[in-house]
Parts: sequence; structure tokens; C-alpha cells
Amino acid sequence: MTHLTLTASQTVGPFFHDCLMRTDAACDVLATDSTEGTHIRIAGRVIDGDRAGVPDAVLEVWQANRHGRYNHPSDERDLPLDPAFTGYGRIATQSDGQFCFTTIKPGAVPFDRRRLQAPHISVAVLGRGLLNHLYTRIYFDDEPLTASDPILQRVPTERRPTLIARRASDQAGRDLVYKLDIVLQGAGETVFFEIAGR
Amino acid sequence: MSTTTIGDIVRGDAEVFPPYLYEAYRSTIRRAPTCALVEVPLTLSELTGPGPVISAVTPDDADLTRNAGTGGEAMGQRIIVTGRVLDASGAPVKNTLVEVWQANAAGRYIHRRDQWPAPLDPNFLGIGRCHTNDRGEYRFLTIMPGAYPWRNHPNAWRPSHIHFSLFGNAWASRLVTQMYFAGDPLLPLDPIFNSSPTERARAAMIAAYAHDVTEPEWALGWRWDIVLDGPDAVAFEPERDQSRGQTPRAQPEGSDLLASDDFGVIPSERSESRDLHQ
Repeated sequence: MTHLTLTASQTVGPFFHDCLMRTDAACDVLATDSTEGTHIRIAGRVIDGDRAGVPDAVLEVWQANRHGRYNHPSDERDLPLDPAFTGYGRIATQSDGQFCFTTIKPGAVPFDRRRLQAPHISVAVLGRGLLNHLYTRIYFDDEPLTASDPILQRVPTERRPTLIARRASDQAGRDLVYKLDIVLQGAGETVFFEIAGR
Repeated sequence: MSTTTIGDIVRGDAEVFPPYLYEAYRSTIRRAPTCALVEVPLTLSELTGPGPVISAVTPDDADLTRNAGTGGEAMGQRIIVTGRVLDASGAPVKNTLVEVWQANAAGRYIHRRDQWPAPLDPNFLGIGRCHTNDRGEYRFLTIMPGAYPWRNHPNAWRPSHIHFSLFGNAWASRLVTQMYFAGDPLLPLDPIFNSSPTERARAAMIAAYAHDVTEPEWALGWRWDIVLDGPDAVAFEPERDQSRGQTPRAQPEGSDLLASDDFGVIPSERSESRDLHQ
């Protein structure tokens, strides 16, 4: 079988907003009022090696719905799709590096025939200065399955907290709030993934 | 550039993909991770992805010479940029979103942070998008982007380029890259282009002039194919011939992972959910 040379990645650069964040391409509200599930808000900052906020990064997120079903043809399990939820979001950081998006808590998804993955949101970080995007995940500190998640088990114990959003004290709003910073470099550096077997 | 520090953390094929730390591109210095990436298997989270469900596209979106909505036409040399989106086995990636952005003919973006003294073109936004067709082909009508200066190093100029963003079929196939133009004298001087480590990989980012794409008395043609990483596209074909049942398809590797039966990668109606994400 032929194996073509893959096309290399290059940075998004600083000038992506007009294209990638156009009104119908950006999405920081993944869930509407009719989306099933526990509505949540996830907020944090993207931080560089100088502890400065990164003002020109993009987070792309992908998650299952509340039943643990992905809206994708490869997920053929007999679980309901939610017509009010695609599971995809694209969020630009603000001038101080802050990001925020609203969604629903995803259900657990399978890892293998015996084990589940804890509810999680897949994240790709793109930005000026990132020649490749970075893959990471967001887990939740109040999900019992987080402690036994097979992906987290591959991460050194002391680095696991960089992937686990902490439930903040309930705010006045409707949504539960979770906090997690994404640290590109240095102390508390977020765990980033290489996806094997691609 | 000859003494630049190059990091050893790379995602994907190290013969192709740039390292995160490539000091000659200064913005990498404080943004590149320093800890080794943690290897994870392909799970359902990485085998799925937003590619099949996102974004409405109108035919006008692929004509950057007129999609500013002013009724006027962009200034510059009209070009057609076309090619195929393929997986590593050479199979077309069908019906996948391609997003592009670029500077105008004078080398200036409409972006508010681009303030160098080159003229803006009121008839040019520099943004476009389309879906690939059933043969994996994309096609844009645009104008030749100009080169522009940046402050990375003294007298630094980016070669003419068009930014491309693609999802492919899976989370693992996401790609953002830049397309360059054959014969550009700035290519050997550009640290972003040269961050890709091999001649073969750099050559794969360069579009070729294609006279068969050129339209007489209208526009010059450029051809550029894009090869996405990730699970083979064949795994996502809506109607797979049963005789090809032995074709390797997207599935996790390793005996402790989900059996392929559990994954049922073959979709029935992958287009039905399109346009949900507006």
C-alpha cells in the first residue's frame, strides 16, 4: 500500500481570527437550552513559559453527549444522539489568555470491552508559536470514574491534576463552573498527548 | 538560522512535522512544551471528530475575489488553487471542510493586529472555505497573496502563503498548515517553512504551477495536494464494498483495546448531521 508523505503542520499564526473565528465558525456555546444533560461552564487561561496569558490561541474541543455518544459515523453504538448537540466547539483566548465555554457534562465512553473512560473533553490547542497543535483533555474532579480512567493511568501521578478541572464554588448562574488552566510550558505544564497508531 | 536550537518534542512523524521548539521562529521559545508528550492509544474519542458535522458552506465562500460582499472584485493576480485531500494511503477524504485565510495582494491581512503600511483592499477579506467533493478535491478562486514583513529577526519577510485548516474524519487527523508557492525566493529564508525537518516534507507544502488548471484569459492555476494523518479515510466511506472487508480500517491497536466489532466504523448516513453546527 502506498504511504504518501504527510502534509506537515504549520502555525496558525496571529491572523486567524477573521477566518477561524467568524461568526458561524466560532463556537463557545456548545449547548442550548434544549440540550440534554448537566449544563456546565469551563473557564481558565492559556499560559506561556513566562506565566503570561496567551492572547492568540484557539481551543478546539470535542466531546460525547450526556449519554456518552459521539455525533460521528464511527460511533455506531445504540445510544441516543441529541439533535441539540454536536459536541464541537472552537474558542479563542482573550487578550489576557482567558477562555470560557459552556457545554454539558459528557457521559463516559468506552476504552475497551471491559473498561470505561471517565467523562472527558478532548482539546486541541492552536496558536501563534505552536508549529503543531497540542492535544490534551479535560477531566472532572467530581466524576468517580476519573480516578480509574485508563488514559490518566498513563500519566505520571503528579502531572494528572493538569488534566482535571476543579469544580468551583457555585456561582449565581445556572451552570456549574469548572476551572482549568492550560500551561504550555514550565511549572505545572499541562500534559499533552501523542496519539499513537494514527 | 544555522545555529538555531531545535527541540526534540514532536507530534507525529518526526521526519515531517516540525518540533515544538524551533528557536529561529522566536514565538516557539516560550510556548513549546518541555515535557515529553504522553502517548495514548486511538480510542473512540480520537477516532471520532467534528469533521463530518461542522459548518455550513455556500458556493460564494470559495471565491475570495468576490466574497467580501461589496460587489467589487479584489485587486491582484487572479489564481485558482486546487488539489486533493488524501489520507496516507492515497484515498480521497471526501466532503471535508477546508478553511483558508491569506494576506491581500499587497501582503496585508484585514486583521486588526496587522498594521504594517501596506494598503488594505476593501474588496478582499482573505477568508474562504469549501468542502471537498467525492474525489477529495477542493478549489478556490483567489488572488496571489503578497509577502509581508514580520519582526521575528532583522529584515524578516514571510513568503507568500495561504493558511489551510482541515479536520478530516477524525480528531487525530486535524491539520492546520500553510501552502507555499513554487519558486518563491523567500522560502529558504523563512523559519516557519524551514521548521519542517526534511526536504521531502518541505516540498510537500509547496504548490506547483499547473498550466492545465490555468484558465485562458482569466486566472493562473496552482495545484496542491494535502495528505492528512490519522485513520485511513476508507474507514469512513459511506458505502463500502463488502469485498473490501479486509481493508485495514480505523481501530485501536493493542490487544487490550476495543475490538473492531465494537467500533463499527462504517457509517450509514454521514451527511445527515451536517449543518447542525452553524
